[in-house]
Amino acid sequence: MKFAHLIWGNLKRKKLRTCLTLLSILVAFVLFGMLMAIKQALAGGVKLAGADRLIVRDKVSIIQFLPVSYKARMERIPGVSLAVHQTWFGGIYQDPKNFFMQTPVVPEEFLQMHTEYILPPAQKKAWLQTRTGAIVGRKSADRFHWKIGDKIPIKSSVFPKQDGSDVWTFDIVGIYDGRDKGTDTTPMLFRYDYFDEARSSWAKGQVGWYTIRVQDPAKAAEVAKRVDQEFENSSSETKTEPEGAFLQGWASQICNITLIVGSILGAVFFTMLLVSGNTMSQSVRERTGELGVQKAIGFTNAQIVSLVLAESCLLTVLGAVLGLGLAWMFASRGDPTGGLLPLFFLPIPDLFLGLGISLALGLVTGFFPALSAMRLRVADALRRM
Amino acid sequence: MSESQKTNGVLVRVERVEKVFHRGTESIHVLADLSLDVAAREFLALMGPSGSGKTTLLNLIGGLDRPTKGTVTVGGERVDRLSDRELAHWRARHVGFIFQLYNLMPVLNAEQNVELPLLLTHLSKAERKEHVQAALAVVGLRHRAKHYPRTLSGGEQQRVGIARGIVTDPTILLCDEPTGDLDRKAGDGILDLLQALNREHGKTVIMVTHDPHASRRAGRIVYLEKGQLSNEPLQ
Repeated sequence: MKFAHLIWGNLKRKKLRTCLTLLSILVAFVLFGMLMAIKQALAGGVKLAGADRLIVRDKVSIIQFLPVSYKARMERIPGVSLAVHQTWFGGIYQDPKNFFMQTPVVPEEFLQMHTEYILPPAQKKAWLQTRTGAIVGRKSADRFHWKIGDKIPIKSSVFPKQDGSDVWTFDIVGIYDGRDKGTDTTPMLFRYDYFDEARSSWAKGQVGWYTIRVQDPAKAAEVAKRVDQEFENSSSETKTEPEGAFLQGWASQICNITLIVGSILGAVFFTMLLVSGNTMSQSVRERTGELGVQKAIGFTNAQIVSLVLAESCLLTVLGAVLGLGLAWMFASRGDPTGGLLPLFFLPIPDLFLGLGISLALGLVTGFFPALSAMRLRVADALRRM
Repeated sequence: MSESQKTNGVLVRVERVEKVFHRGTESIHVLADLSLDVAAREFLALMGPSGSGKTTLLNLIGGLDRPTKGTVTVGGERVDRLSDRELAHWRARHVGFIFQLYNLMPVLNAEQNVELPLLLTHLSKAERKEHVQAALAVVGLRHRAKHYPRTLSGGEQQRVGIARGIVTDPTILLCDEPTGDLDRKAGDGILDLLQALNREHGKTVIMVTHDPHASRRAGRIVYLEKGQLSNEPLQ
């Protein structure tokens, strides 16, 4: 720490150059933060997927329905402890831009399956007592300023009602929170019995997909195979896969997130490497004589190397802290798309990853200037003053 | 410094030193079979024309360079045999350097420049501050402690350089043209200071100069020309 003023002083030597380099590092880490938030939004659900949960969908496509009668057959399969269904409702609230997910569920068994949704007991009771009742996640409730007791009209793009209308009205009876930070609290959940009774005859008795809980996660693959065998040669054959793989596949339909994020960040950090490396090289070259003086008065090669590396690391880490701070602030404001990326936030581990990258960047960019400073012969350096 | 050297009275012994620089295929013999003894507490002026090897000899004594042949012993220590790391530690403990162009760090103020060699010691912040204040007092610049080099005159910058050179209380001060960049008045002030450090503080001073006026302040003058030393200037 006693060298801090020397390191800081060297960084301030060419203020404009340091500021510009700092700015470019800052921008790179803002980009890093935003991309990690997008990655989290698209693929974050995979990490939170239950290891004991499998998703059963139509073998041909997720948009094909499965009979509601499959539930009982699934629960009879050895190794399955519970099966619950959901259906894509495709509703619009006021404006198509207000996208968020709605799905009919059987309340008690759905909450039993998805323990990551926290609903106060009184609200759960109200939901069970109210046929048109719906519960909504905290994020959507905050977004649309909904409160318990509100009547919410939702226009379904998929399911018309028996009376020909496509507007469904739900009573908000509960607002649930997520157990984990990554839990998606945007969906609206309403009762399947009301939905199935009120919808037109089209697709009646059909549901979108099932989530099943296996008794022993170690035997999940075996159970998945049994489920698919059970419905082989039926009109609706199934494809069963772990919830994580299902979500991953869902995200992959949009893009190969890891590849895209990796490619962009690779290009950005490679450019950063050149920019900061150039700054450090110039900075060290300009003070060859001063380095000679430092060596003359007793600084060892190791100390000179440490000072140069500390300087380059300070530059990159400072840029990263500012950049990640900005990205964090931006990501904390929530989903910028208005519903398409409900899990949009910058995870803490990614912040540390960013800091780690900045440190590595500092070490790499400082390596060659430090090496040349170390190799500098004192007598030669003093001649260059 | 070893006691044996002190009792002999010789602090610096340069024996049959040769220094050859290589530039491409060309070999430049700067010092040839040169020997020199400098007594402890002596003020020696090393004179000679440009390119005669004065600075090279000073660098060898100060452990900034190694001889091609011969030995350099300072305070009983074979400086030419020390590793780079050992040399750095040795310089920090025993040698104070004073340069013609002051060579201060522009990003540090006077106080911080003087403190620089002390950062390599185990002294506490308070102790370092005490030493810095004392060194600045010796050179008469306590009132300019917070000033940056660019706001100091040449003479003042050199005084800061001298304070930096003496702050670790080294045995030997190596001065390379300390008045070469100063006017006569400021130069005289610096020479007064070097004389005081030699006489009152017992520092051994070796000063490279080609200014006869400056060399007259020294107790002994040696002349270096064509790689050889003599007590009289060669015509």
